Amino acid sequence: MRKELGIGALLIVLCGVLAALNPQFLELQNLQNLSLLIGLFGIFSIGMGVIIITGGIDLSVGSVFALQGVLLSIMLREWHWPWLIASLASIGSVMVLGLAHAFFITKVRLQPFIVTLCGLLIYRGMARSISHDETKGFGTESWGPLRWLAKGYVGPLPVAFILLLVIAAIMWVVLHRSVYGRYLYAVGRNEEAARYSGINTDRIIGSVYVLSMLLAGISGILFALWVNSISPSNHGSFYELYGIAAAVLGGCSLRGGEGSIIGILLGTALLQVLQNLVNLLGIPSSYNFAVMGGVILLGVTVDQLLGNRRRRRKTVPAEGGTPTPGGMEVVPVGANASSG
Amino acid sequence: MAQPILELAGICKRFPGVKALDNVSLSVGHGEVVALIGENGAGKSTLMKVLGGVHQPDAGEVRIDGKAVVIGSVAAAGALGIGFVHQELNVLDNLDVAANMFLGREPLWGGPLRLVDRRRMEADSSQYLRRLGLNVAPNTPLSRLSLAQQQVVEIAKALSQNARILILDEPTSSLTASETDRLLATVKDLRSQGVSVIYISHRLGEIGQISDRVVALRDGRNAGELSREQISHDNMVRLMVGRELSNLFVPPAGCAHPKRLEVRDLRTTAYPNRAVSFDAAGGEILGFAGLVGSGRSELAQTIFGADRLLGGQILLDGKPLSIQSPRDAIRAGIYLAPEDRRRTGLLVDMTVRENITLPGLWHYARMAMLSRSRECAEAKTQVQSLRIKTPSIGARAGNLSGGNQQKVVLGKWLARGPKVLIVDEPTRGIDVGAKAEIYRLLRALADRGVAVIAISSDLEEVLGISDRVAVMHEGRLAGVLCRDECSEKAIMDMAFGRVSGRNEAVVLASSE
Repeated sequence: MRKELGIGALLIVLCGVLAALNPQFLELQNLQNLSLLIGLFGIFSIGMGVIIITGGIDLSVGSVFALQGVLLSIMLREWHWPWLIASLASIGSVMVLGLAHAFFITKVRLQPFIVTLCGLLIYRGMARSISHDETKGFGTESWGPLRWLAKGYVGPLPVAFILLLVIAAIMWVVLHRSVYGRYLYAVGRNEEAARYSGINTDRIIGSVYVLSMLLAGISGILFALWVNSISPSNHGSFYELYGIAAAVLGGCSLRGGEGSIIGILLGTALLQVLQNLVNLLGIPSSYNFAVMGGVILLGVTVDQLLGNRRRRRKTVPAEGGTPTPGGMEVVPVGANASSG
Repeated sequence: MAQPILELAGICKRFPGVKALDNVSLSVGHGEVVALIGENGAGKSTLMKVLGGVHQPDAGEVRIDGKAVVIGSVAAAGALGIGFVHQELNVLDNLDVAANMFLGREPLWGGPLRLVDRRRMEADSSQYLRRLGLNVAPNTPLSRLSLAQQQVVEIAKALSQNARILILDEPTSSLTASETDRLLATVKDLRSQGVSVIYISHRLGEIGQISDRVVALRDGRNAGELSREQISHDNMVRLMVGRELSNLFVPPAGCAHPKRLEVRDLRTTAYPNRAVSFDAAGGEILGFAGLVGSGRSELAQTIFGADRLLGGQILLDGKPLSIQSPRDAIRAGIYLAPEDRRRTGLLVDMTVRENITLPGLWHYARMAMLSRSRECAEAKTQVQSLRIKTPSIGARAGNLSGGNQQKVVLGKWLARGPKVLIVDEPTRGIDVGAKAEIYRLLRALADRGVAVIAISSDLEEVLGISDRVAVMHEGRLAGVLCRDECSEKAIMDMAFGRVSGRNEAVVLASSE
């Protein structure tokens, strides 16, 4: 909870400062726009957070958005599939990609970074070749409720934001109250110990890559209809980094085992407010990434410095069978192989 | 006797809670091979770490050539002519032989550019390699050498630093018989060249072959010395063992139970060619003794499904099991409290409650949703019945003392109702008071009909808690001793391979 409080406080301070500097911040249209963006980015950031909690990473999300957008446009406009079939098919195919990641990570035992980095390159290439590098669009049709989901409002609230809250509520229960959620944290903390407690660690780890792609697939449809034209070479590029940044800002540790839904939501919100700040304060948009990078670096540095004090722990070396001094323990590398 | 090159006098070293070395003395003459023996935990490694500059002694003096010296660091030890070849080799197998030998002190050229003078490095290293009879080019990648050859490279490295005293810590523990012979020949050569050697080994046979003198340690003290003529297997074992048993232990209730766990011709990845068979009955504690590296932990992990099973059968209550993973073992009721608590036994960053409920999480859930109250109830039950000292069930498991961490590990299995419980070094790192509690617990479990298998390198412990003791030697079961046959001497004889002729059939017969 400590981290969530910290980032929540930071978010409030930032909003306060921004509102003071530029009253435009509090105008309804700005807030609506801001919450719409939080909704779009939040949904896949939750998926990214869940992967990071198990100690993994997914770099392919941005390219997946491009590929999915191209496919969705072709399905709807060239093949004239009904909107429901097309959206389910596009989410399904994205989940198959997640399944492929899971296979390479848990069965071939490649590192998630490598697998999804290759995904990043492959899917971008696929998006560009399938579309012959031409921009794909969705015209002016509403495509059932899809357009409304991406750009519509219920009362003052953007639909995408409401969707995020619903998904976040479901994922909160899954992550913080279910058996599966507990397994995710256990696997992320210490995969070996989790295996020794009888958890099917491969299945748990594999499942998050599919789950995350489900959320990315939902996000992907919203993004596609929100921008309305998919430029295969840059649609969604860098979005995976937004997800990672949100999760890390929100308290997920890249070492795994740490993080929460609330934190990820706050992290997403903070990133979007920062973007908003760049816009509203008239900072040239070329500084966008630099501001974001600077704030994230500052945040994790402060967190690390605070954490160092708690983490400090002594170890005392000892011989193989020596009783190690009261309470302290030595964890020799390869202890299992060398003794017994 | 001429002045010894090295003298250690009155060395004491205390770790919090343990006196690792208590007034230990050792002297080594020029060109002398001194073997240092003792059980696991007798203080050999600590003594050598004092000599190697890793630990500073609390009291006592180190003299080299009669002059008192302070060995403040590993580098200082090297400068004094002390070379240390560790059991776990300190080599970088991505570099070649010469680079390994001269790591950190490469000959340079090019002035401020500080380029490595490869030609000189290779010439120098090949000189030492030749002296040790290792026929490889200095630019051979280390990864292409066998373990034995890598060890020789380490020795060459020590010699190239002008080592006059060479410490070899269990140098043959992972070598084949012919590699061992070659290493022993190298040691003899070194002796004839005037290098002094401190040789640490559990293999009494090779000690008999090469040592000029044997020094034994026991419980951190000098246990005696043997001169060349006195060196014999029996004398060495006698020096290493022979303690009084304290009354830490709870005697067995002593009623017979049917066989619970039967292991038939089990082969593990550690010793693929050795098959092990044994039974454990409900209601008994079966101790597993043997030297470190004799394959006991690997056996336990294979039964538990954490290591791959290469062959053989595991039967529980007469029914054969197929165990592919710890999940399968846990489902069957076979649990392991592993040796390395912090890495595999516990999730140290999670709470006591989360650790206790983890293996049986589905029991505390309704429709896949966890019931916090049921979880807490179980955790509280275990904390109370095991008397786990923790501020709350929500405390981080890693913050508890070693003994209480071990109780949490036991608690997580007790919450599931074990049929077979394997404990690997159950009291390592645990103080005496908590040890007694763990012993009582294991006995209480056995009395409830659980088959308890206790692996321990602490002879006193094995003798104290076990109804029967299985002794392993180099991956095979050297024998199973009943309680009235058990003595430290009998176990040590077997552990050191004295009774290596016995085959599995005999072992089986004696275990029934």
